[in-house]
Amino acid sequence: MEKKKIMIDKCGSFCKKVFKSEGFSSILTSVICILIGLLIGFIVLLCIAPEGALKGIQTIILNFFTYTKSSLRLKYFGKTLVYTAPLILCGLSVLFAYKTGLFNIGAAGQYTVATGVAIIAAVAWNCPWYVCLLLAILAGAFWGSLVGFLKAFFSINEVISAIMLNWIGLYLINMCVKNSKAWDSIKYETLSIEKYNPSALLPTIGLDKLFNFEYAGIGLLFAIIIPIIIFIILKYTTFGYELKATGFNKTASEYAGMKGKFNTIITMAISGGLAGLGAGVFYLSGVMPYYCPTSGALSMGFNGISSAFLGGLSPIGTIFSSYFLTHITQAGALLDTNYYSSQISDLISSIIIYLCAFTHIFKYLLKKAFNKKNKEVNGNVEDKKDDSIDVKEIVEEVDDKLLDNNIEKTKNEISNNFKDGVNNFFKKIKDGTNKSFEKIKDLFKKKD
Amino acid sequence: MLLLIQYTLIFATVLTLVALAGMFSERSGVINLGLEGIMVIGGLGGALMMHFLPETANPFLVVFVGIISSIIFGLIYSMLLAVAAVTFKADQTITGTAMNILAPAFATVVVKALTLKETGKATPRLEYITFHNYFVFRIGEMEFNWFFILMILFVAIAWIVLYKTKFGLRLMSCGENPQAADSVGINVIRYRYIGVAISGILGGLGGFAFINSANSQWSFDYGVAGFGFLALAVMIFGQWKPIFILLGALLFGFFRTFDNVATSIPFIKDLAIDPTFYKMLPYIVCLVVLMFTSKKSRAPKAEGIPYDKSTR
Repeated sequence: MEKKKIMIDKCGSFCKKVFKSEGFSSILTSVICILIGLLIGFIVLLCIAPEGALKGIQTIILNFFTYTKSSLRLKYFGKTLVYTAPLILCGLSVLFAYKTGLFNIGAAGQYTVATGVAIIAAVAWNCPWYVCLLLAILAGAFWGSLVGFLKAFFSINEVISAIMLNWIGLYLINMCVKNSKAWDSIKYETLSIEKYNPSALLPTIGLDKLFNFEYAGIGLLFAIIIPIIIFIILKYTTFGYELKATGFNKTASEYAGMKGKFNTIITMAISGGLAGLGAGVFYLSGVMPYYCPTSGALSMGFNGISSAFLGGLSPIGTIFSSYFLTHITQAGALLDTNYYSSQISDLISSIIIYLCAFTHIFKYLLKKAFNKKNKEVNGNVEDKKDDSIDVKEIVEEVDDKLLDNNIEKTKNEISNNFKDGVNNFFKKIKDGTNKSFEKIKDLFKKKD
Repeated sequence: MLLLIQYTLIFATVLTLVALAGMFSERSGVINLGLEGIMVIGGLGGALMMHFLPETANPFLVVFVGIISSIIFGLIYSMLLAVAAVTFKADQTITGTAMNILAPAFATVVVKALTLKETGKATPRLEYITFHNYFVFRIGEMEFNWFFILMILFVAIAWIVLYKTKFGLRLMSCGENPQAADSVGINVIRYRYIGVAISGILGGLGGFAFINSANSQWSFDYGVAGFGFLALAVMIFGQWKPIFILLGALLFGFFRTFDNVATSIPFIKDLAIDPTFYKMLPYIVCLVVLMFTSKKSRAPKAEGIPYDKSTR
């Protein structure tokens, strides 16, 4: 019996920890952003053509689930994943720079430059896939490091220089691609890698069969492994710490013996390299040729900004946010064209990124809601620690708090355990066991 | 040669208007990266109005209504930035970027929905060919448009407002030291809202000038070709001062023109440089100029920092 109670107690405190952790509030704010974004998207659908709105928003949310055949579902799931991989890497590119205090709006340009280089290397120079991929990374890194260089030595704001470099990169790469052997001037696109140099295609390692989608391959693995590596670099290495410190306060970090200028350049190079890897992974899978757009650098880089911020600026979160954004964007193509255009999906994702700018407000409000309750609970403990404690009231308050935050589902599952856990806690206080009292205090401190 | 001057004036007009928009916003302490988006929405407003006006409408009415509508659209859209950046103290860079992504998506959805209803086929192109000529007038061989006159007017007004009125000096104080401004009773939040609002008005007008003077129809998925950002560079080059901004815009407009006139001027054509190079030229010039001016740049000190009363 006692053992069981301790277990319940642990479960309760664990749940509390989860609800109050930074990560949980990040996820919650992202979910709020998504819900509001979808709601506004629904309203837009209603305004355009009310008769198809419900089906429209359903299509956007469901994407490939709208297919009845399971093989088709699997295929389009694979397709969504293939389009997610570069977005994850672009998201990481933005995130990595942002964590070190730089805003890399130039991911789009770095991505475009790397795309051109990868395709020229593959079709015009007949390189094998690993050389193409490496060249793509280097091209992206070079284009990114230019931004860092201009920032470090000429103190040009990285946003302005990156945007200028986006345009320069776009036109430069278009010029190079169109003058290379890779350009098919009749079809007005680059030659197919599959046809002209199959050795440049990324290995599929069986994933193509798994998803029944021929373009799925090793790129998907990159999209999972790289975020984890970035997470470790940023969190656990001296190198990551130095980069973050430089971003936080360049002068102070220089005083502490770090090379500020060098760090700025290296950060942007890594950031650009990530975007370049994204481009390589996408275009070397052979899923589509490069069209040489003239209206602006490829939007994948800009979407990376959305995925990074929607993912709560966490490398792991970026994986999920990227998937979600690709999911709804891909669904745009499935919309009934008699009513809507596929850009509705872009509209929804751009509303979501606009809302992401408010995340700290949402977080603040959530925190405030938690803290308010916390103080009341704390107050109760201090006031009544000599007398008997009104456990019921506290439990009710905690329950209210859970309800407030729209987590009824989880609440139902754990509330019973939770009540017992809290009961158990206060019984121990009554008994005067100092140890457990401190434990609670610690717990409350953690909440703050 | 005449063509060169004509195009230079068109681009300089747009750049000046939008750079002034950026200037007012930044002088009040809010970085407006969303200028590109504001331009798209302003252009959309003007184009929609012209699209709906009957063909028999009075030329002056067309010009007036088009301009007013673009201004209103720009103003409303700029409030997205003001609400997020001033009231809710959100990150101004992210908000601006989001506005830039949002605007073309919104414009495309609206225009496609419209063309789908009217013609049964969704296209992001909106046509208003008939009205295009109302915006231009001729002096001798030269073709001017009304926006050029407006632009000169706005530069003069901006200079007077900024340096010679109580309002302008107070606006600048909010961008330099909002805490001090607040301590002498200036409502920083209100001035920042007004700064962003002026930015929306001028940005919307600039967007309309851009899509109107260069073309008689506009494809909205194309956006405004990075002019909002070029304008930001012009603003930095112009050191946040109206007269310098005008000069900077003329310089950048001149380089931007090469792309359009390269094939029609003999001695440039003889150089046989890839025409794509001329597309890059304004951006390269911009970067080079920034390399020499950025170190000495005198940006408003408090720009980009949300005003928090408790830091006073």
